[in-house]
Amino acid sequence: MLSIDCPHCGPRAQSEFAYDRTLDAIVPLAMPPAEAMRALYTRANPRGWSDELWHHRFGCRAWLVVRRHTVTHAIESVIGYAP
Amino acid sequence: MSRYSALALLRGALTGQKHWDRAWRDPEPKASYDVIVIGGGGHGLSTAYYLAKVHGIRNVAVLEKGWIGGGNTGRNTTIVRSNYRQPALHNFFDFALGLWEGMSDELNFNVMFSPRGAMFLGHSDSDMTSLAQRGDALRCAGIDAELLTRAQVQKLVPLLDMSPAARFPIYGGMIQRRGGTARHDAVAWGYARAADALGVDVIQNCEVTGLTIAGGRVAGVETTRGAIGAGRVGICVAGNSGPVAALAGIKLPIEAQTLQAFVTEPVKPMIDTVIMSQSLHCYISQSDKGGIVLGGDPDQFPSYAQRGLPNRLEKAAAEAIALVPALSRLRMVRCWSGTTDMSFDGSPIISTLPVDGLYLNGGWCYGGFKATPGSGFAYAQLLATGAPHPLAAPFGLDRFARGATVDEAGVGPMPQLR
Repeated sequence: MLSIDCPHCGPRAQSEFAYDRTLDAIVPLAMPPAEAMRALYTRANPRGWSDELWHHRFGCRAWLVVRRHTVTHAIESVIGYAP
Repeated sequence: MSRYSALALLRGALTGQKHWDRAWRDPEPKASYDVIVIGGGGHGLSTAYYLAKVHGIRNVAVLEKGWIGGGNTGRNTTIVRSNYRQPALHNFFDFALGLWEGMSDELNFNVMFSPRGAMFLGHSDSDMTSLAQRGDALRCAGIDAELLTRAQVQKLVPLLDMSPAARFPIYGGMIQRRGGTARHDAVAWGYARAADALGVDVIQNCEVTGLTIAGGRVAGVETTRGAIGAGRVGICVAGNSGPVAALAGIKLPIEAQTLQAFVTEPVKPMIDTVIMSQSLHCYISQSDKGGIVLGGDPDQFPSYAQRGLPNRLEKAAAEAIALVPALSRLRMVRCWSGTTDMSFDGSPIISTLPVDGLYLNGGWCYGGFKATPGSGFAYAQLLATGAPHPLAAPFGLDRFARGATVDEAGVGPMPQLR
């Protein structure tokens, strides 16, 4: 299990968190439909470092940006998400 | 290739069993091929086999970065079935099931296909309603499905906890009697041997590191064993579709996740059907060797780790023990995990790509093993003719832009929710 260091709560077990999507898949309301479709339905799906949106669902309920390695599961940084 | 037969075995008994050939050659890569299939898993090998057998295209290479059977083919729970709710899916998987039934004969290799029945459990009235609906849909399509009462389930698997205090009460079930399991490694070996016999080069330890594209058309591949020219290239690397498609600058509606399974020490026959629960997401079957094979949930976030998280194993074990309490005394002997290609509607992608001559077979989520022969058959047709097999036509990449997704779970582009 991953240990995710929430900036508000400190290190907590990954089971408190829910993965939502990679940062490049966030679709702002103003995005043109064709571009939004692409953002929603395609992923870089990197084998390596990835910036991901996680939700501290059973903690402070904050949205967080977790920079994580998809092969080693190493976590480089966890910061609050500011849209 | 010498044929495997009882007579050959008998003949070998008189000559010290020294007459066996290697199952497939170990060729050096040629300068170019008509078709290169990237990925020597079950799907890639069956694709090459059907290219040679059905379409007569024998100047074919299968490039595998590791060894045959070392990827997802050897990392699953070996379950074969075709009882899906969406017509596009059950028609395709039932076509595959038909090929499973004749596979050992066709390949002259015992893949130990064992149609012992694949049963979904129902744990509530609403479970039973959805199983009945699914069963009706299957029967309308001419696919076998049978709704089971609680008493029938109990008779079929006497070790299930049917007591009133059961943690997961059992209301009934639905069984596909033609479903079952197969020996996963044998499937890869059988297809490799049969493809090799038809002239296909099965090249192991040959990782594709680049795609050569000239004038919008694929011309070959760069590999760790040098450049190889190709008329057509088929990507067939489920679990790594993203990184390989990225070599051509293509982003896919796919996210890699990890799915793990585990097996107990071998015991005498105790479960002679495949038990599945979709409400719990738990899979239980007994291998021919006697081990109880158990599977559960994916990790639900992107991962290429090929090892899963212990909390998933714990959950799967807890569910399995609650269903079949007798399992609690068994020791787990090993666990493994595969990298699954989670597509954004839960259905496979067998498709042309924006680069001419480049094709994709991937996005099998956690249901790729049962598709192996059908996938290869359909993909070979696409690679040979450029047009999809009719049963694979709903699985083109363009379906996402057209809004024609085949979404059995109905959760949209959120693979972690499947």
